[in-house]
Amino acid sequence: MSVDVAPRHLGIAAYATCFAGIAWREVLRFLHQRERFLAALVRPLVWLFIFAAGFRQALGVSIIPPYQTYVLYEVFVTPGLIGMIQLFNAMQTSLSMVHDRETGVMRTLLLSPFPRAFLLVSKLAGGVMVSLLQVYVFLFIAYFWEIEPPLVGYLTVLPALLICGLMLGAIALFMSSVIRQLENFAGVMNFVIFPMFFASSALYPLWRIREANPLLYEICRANPFTHAVELIRFALYGQLEPVSLAIVLAFTTVFLAAAIYAYNPSKGLLQRRGEAG
Amino acid sequence: MTPAPPAATAAGPYALQIRGVSHRFGQVRALDDVSLVVPRGAFVVLLGPNGAGKSTLFALATRLYDNTSGEIKILGHDVRRRPMAALQNLGVVFQSRSLDNDLSLKQNLVYHAALHGIGGKRAAALAARALTKVGLADRAGDKVRALSGGQARRVEIARALLHEPTCLLLDEATTGLDVASREAVLGMVRGLVETQAVGVLWATHLVDEVKLDDTIVLLHKGKVLFTGDGPALLEQAQTNNLRSAFLHLVGISKGDAS
Repeated sequence: MSVDVAPRHLGIAAYATCFAGIAWREVLRFLHQRERFLAALVRPLVWLFIFAAGFRQALGVSIIPPYQTYVLYEVFVTPGLIGMIQLFNAMQTSLSMVHDRETGVMRTLLLSPFPRAFLLVSKLAGGVMVSLLQVYVFLFIAYFWEIEPPLVGYLTVLPALLICGLMLGAIALFMSSVIRQLENFAGVMNFVIFPMFFASSALYPLWRIREANPLLYEICRANPFTHAVELIRFALYGQLEPVSLAIVLAFTTVFLAAAIYAYNPSKGLLQRRGEAG
Repeated sequence: MTPAPPAATAAGPYALQIRGVSHRFGQVRALDDVSLVVPRGAFVVLLGPNGAGKSTLFALATRLYDNTSGEIKILGHDVRRRPMAALQNLGVVFQSRSLDNDLSLKQNLVYHAALHGIGGKRAAALAARALTKVGLADRAGDKVRALSGGQARRVEIARALLHEPTCLLLDEATTGLDVASREAVLGMVRGLVETQAVGVLWATHLVDEVKLDDTIVLLHKGKVLFTGDGPALLEQAQTNNLRSAFLHLVGISKGDAS
């Protein structure tokens, strides 16, 4: 007696189911962790309500695109804080990947018959969805703090958020492949998140940084987070910043490729370290 | 030395076939020309002490690493060349727990179903059926962290079987369980072999989990020292119980190594 050994065809519907399942788990985990939800919201709001209010006088902002008039510092800093939400969320995804690897949950993901690149992108997309949730709640609250971009801006910022979320997620995903233990995550805070955030246009306009320190200005310009913030800033006002878009897309491609390489079973870093996932 | 098995039987390809697999971690040779087969509906014990290479073999069979020599086939599909087809037919229970503690039993199973492209009502139905099979249907909504070690193991087995694989790999699946839970888990897996014709590779270092009529593959220091049933093992070791035979063969190997 012979048996049918033909594999089940995994069509588009199966891919969609897999994608939805991975994204659903990310959202579910986020919603289960109320403290994380609260922290993700409180962090940018503290910056907006306290830091921005304090710096309003010290850091007057001149008329720079996309703004057509003088804007309050709170308005200027909002795209930076949106970027901050996405940056921290991406790092949380990275932390969750390391956690999943340590607890063995990662192996469940990697045992899926779908291509590994697809699984990693799905995981990334799940993280981005969580960050969108946070960003829109933040924007809703900020509206009552006189952060009132044009209504269409809430829509036009969405693709920018998706792309920036993917880029930051890809960077985090790559980092998760090289971080060995959860304990090492403190180093990520010091050496990745803070430099990326502060050496960017999130808190101050680039022209001011150039006046203060030309070298720092060049560092800020090379920082992908700067371009993520600028992409969000323009998109929030219904405009496209093509240079930032190109740079964000380029960084997304490079880091995604690096992450996929790192998680590739034949070439990846996991094997080199002798870890079974 | 066991002769290389044929590529398939009259009943079709093997649930698992490993042929000539070697693997290194840097200078350390973890596996050396390992070959074994698990027919469908058979219970094969991969017996070996800690550090024998069992987990490395599992990592290769599940494509957590790629094998660089030899071949690994699941139901005739090469794990490296046709991973999608191969992994569809594979269920795995790893040595350490791999459930998401923050999700419920049902959510863990539905997530696993999605990873195999199964969604909606079918996923829910399969999850319910799998939990019923392992006697945990009434705990479906509980968080995994609330389970005992034995219960979690049963959920992991339910999960491994959810997508109806032909080949089931269990790596030290009774680690950390008390005697009663160990017996229950082992009995359940043996039952699956009979009722669902699943091919099982049961990796363990515990000789008392082995029955005389099981097919035994003895792995030590990355090499297969013996393949055959219990009586053949006793005969080769010239002893009358499996524990002595195991120690004898592993001991001989140790002596050779030194």
